[in-house]
Amino acid sequence: MSSEVLAHEHAAEHAPPRGFMRWITTTNHKDIGTMYLVLSLIMFFVGGAMAMVIRAQLFRPDMQLVTPLFFNQMATMHGLIMIFGAVMPAFVGLANWMIPMMIGAPDMALPRLNNWSFWILPFAFTLLLITLFLPGGGPQGGWTMYVPFNLQLGYGFPFMIFAIHLMGISSVMGAINIIATILNMRAPGMTLMKMPLFVWAWLITAYLLIAVMPVLAGGVTMQLLDRYFGTHFFSVAGGGSPILWEHVFWFFGHPEVYIMILPAFGIISEIIPTFSRKPIFGYRSMVYALASIAFLSFIVWGHHMFVVGMPVAADLFFMFSTMLIAVPTGIKIFNWVATMWKGSLTFETPMLFAVAFIVLFTIGGFSGVMLALVPADFQYNNSYFVVAHFHYVLVTGAVFAIMAAVYYWLPKWTGHMYNEFWGKTHFWLSAIAANVLYFPMHFLGLAGMPRRIPDYPLQFANLNMVVSIGGFVFGLSQLIFVAVIFSCVRAGKKAEARAWEGARGLEWTLPSPVPYHSFSTPPEIA
Amino acid sequence: MAQNPSSPGSGSYYLPHSAPWPIVGSLGLFAFMLGAALWLDRLTPVGPIVMVVGALLLIVMKSGWFGTVIHESESGLYNPRVDRTFRWAMAWFIFSEVMFFGAFFGSLFYERVFMIPWLGGASNSFFTHVVLWPHFLAVWPTNGPAHVGGAFHPMPAWGIPAINTLILLTSAVTVTISLWALKAGKRGLSKIMLLLTILLGASFLGMQAHEYHHAYTHFNMTLGSGIYGATFYILTGFHGLHVTLGVIMLTVILMRLLKGHFTEEHHFAFEAVSWYWHFVDVVWLGLFVFVYWL
Repeated sequence: MSSEVLAHEHAAEHAPPRGFMRWITTTNHKDIGTMYLVLSLIMFFVGGAMAMVIRAQLFRPDMQLVTPLFFNQMATMHGLIMIFGAVMPAFVGLANWMIPMMIGAPDMALPRLNNWSFWILPFAFTLLLITLFLPGGGPQGGWTMYVPFNLQLGYGFPFMIFAIHLMGISSVMGAINIIATILNMRAPGMTLMKMPLFVWAWLITAYLLIAVMPVLAGGVTMQLLDRYFGTHFFSVAGGGSPILWEHVFWFFGHPEVYIMILPAFGIISEIIPTFSRKPIFGYRSMVYALASIAFLSFIVWGHHMFVVGMPVAADLFFMFSTMLIAVPTGIKIFNWVATMWKGSLTFETPMLFAVAFIVLFTIGGFSGVMLALVPADFQYNNSYFVVAHFHYVLVTGAVFAIMAAVYYWLPKWTGHMYNEFWGKTHFWLSAIAANVLYFPMHFLGLAGMPRRIPDYPLQFANLNMVVSIGGFVFGLSQLIFVAVIFSCVRAGKKAEARAWEGARGLEWTLPSPVPYHSFSTPPEIA
Repeated sequence: MAQNPSSPGSGSYYLPHSAPWPIVGSLGLFAFMLGAALWLDRLTPVGPIVMVVGALLLIVMKSGWFGTVIHESESGLYNPRVDRTFRWAMAWFIFSEVMFFGAFFGSLFYERVFMIPWLGGASNSFFTHVVLWPHFLAVWPTNGPAHVGGAFHPMPAWGIPAINTLILLTSAVTVTISLWALKAGKRGLSKIMLLLTILLGASFLGMQAHEYHHAYTHFNMTLGSGIYGATFYILTGFHGLHVTLGVIMLTVILMRLLKGHFTEEHHFAFEAVSWYWHFVDVVWLGLFVFVYWL
């Protein structure tokens, strides 16, 4: 507890500066973490509004509300904004807030670079959102930006490409900072194999980010050259190939989906032990599983393109390597369940989200294994089954984990307990609505409904209406989330330093709310 | 700078308390890219102006930010742990650069090993070839079945590129000697060798400019020369940009050496630039083998 006393003294020395410039010029990991989280929440609603347009259009067949052109813009922007604007910044925000506190560091290793990583993002999304108001509209070729569709966009094309460049620069700098922090800023005694699993998950995620964001940057640069400078990377007439784009994109894209789920694994590995009042089962195997998943993520990208006509040997290789991922993922699921086994369980909101994560992410994992089968994928490809699969892993997976993390650490950040009743209400509405929203998509897909279409044949009408209702309820439920956060920031029951009875880890030795500067003197870890 | 140089309480790790430069950098990047986007489609005539403003902001930001860091470093604010942070950061930055070039090398390999033979009927693409591109001959270099850009002459390996290889390899030796000399306290030799490295880098760039000019005027080998021209220029072009950046960084280091910066123990900026220079060198070897030679 001596660190707590020191932190108190120090807080008096360095209160945060007042006013707008505080946020512009801050180098404090907590300020920057907050800004990332707020940006992510805003983007979650921007992307969510686009999803509402999609579901309103599909509520009934026969082109009810928007033009196909606008529908395609909504589908594309929804994907780009949710991935790059909502999920990734949320995880980086959590990393900023929690990693220094979890490893006993005074701040991130490169505080100024940290500020820059964040402040690039608002400009990147400005560039991206501007496209909606330009002649020809926003991107319409899907978030995967397949050529030649993507090269035929209107004036928005270069804006989108440069927005991707900016997001890439931000991600790489953020990831470098996180790695340097974890490798170099740990308190004495905090060996690698004593690190919290959230920190481990982020170390590996940061490595993935540095490895693949530059590849995406290179790929979109090739698109830019093809459109404006007369190159033929993606046109067969000049000896290039549109399939080349798919390879480049998915070499980035598959590790990218692990970038969006490994930090979630880390969060769940923090929350489950706390509310089971037991240490995590199989810590070492959890670390090795994370590393194996990261390694495998580089050699499975072809499973996104089984139908493009790769040689059979390539199809087989990608099929088997993909199915191999089920092994380390299964280890993680098993270990979470084993952690809960015979624990003294309580079900506060973070735990509810975490348990829902385990169940629902596993459903998404299973449909992933189904999609990994080449002959089955020929059937499922480009159908709503795929949409169901990745929304189970990304919404009831990644997003649920982010919400679990927010509820879990809100008392630490704000010094107040959130309102448990409304937290649980938010959880149950979200969990039920998400399943009403996504589960019928499996059936729609198996029955042959293609994704990314603004209209559909009559036989899909009933299930689409159910899906849309689920979507609207899910969307509206998120307003509760915002209300709970706001009221928790402003007031609420005073939170103790160790806000959760079963919580272990260095962040819980600091007072709640955490002083502006923490661990100025590193704690000793036994 | 609103920084507290003594930074009490942060242990011995230097933590700046306020950073004015990042937002300048963000505005610069934004203006540069907005300007470029406006210019590419001729949306408004102000595109290039916005772009130049952005570039200027970026230059101001870089000199301001690095100036601050150099000042802090020379004031002895950085302890060995800060030094280690810089080492990790530079190493991972270079790794990200490796992956950036990896995208282009990967594209080159994919085209040469798979796509071009398939267009020529290899593997199970017999009918693709017969029906779609019956006259296409799967040889490298190629500008594709439609012969886009017209007949061209590829760049031979044993002219300028071979000389450039020698230049870069020599420069790797000189930069290493320069760093070694600094560590050994022979600052005079260090400066001479560093100057030599910069001159070699600059002559590499001059040769490359000449090569590009020659390719365009005599060989009809342009960005539009199908997949050969595209991969050639993106790989050599981005490499050239990195050499340019490297020369600028080496020049900054030389100026700092002349001003009396760096000690025998404390000189990571120099070392980081030398890492970068070696990285650029290694990429060139890959280019020479796979773009020019094979």
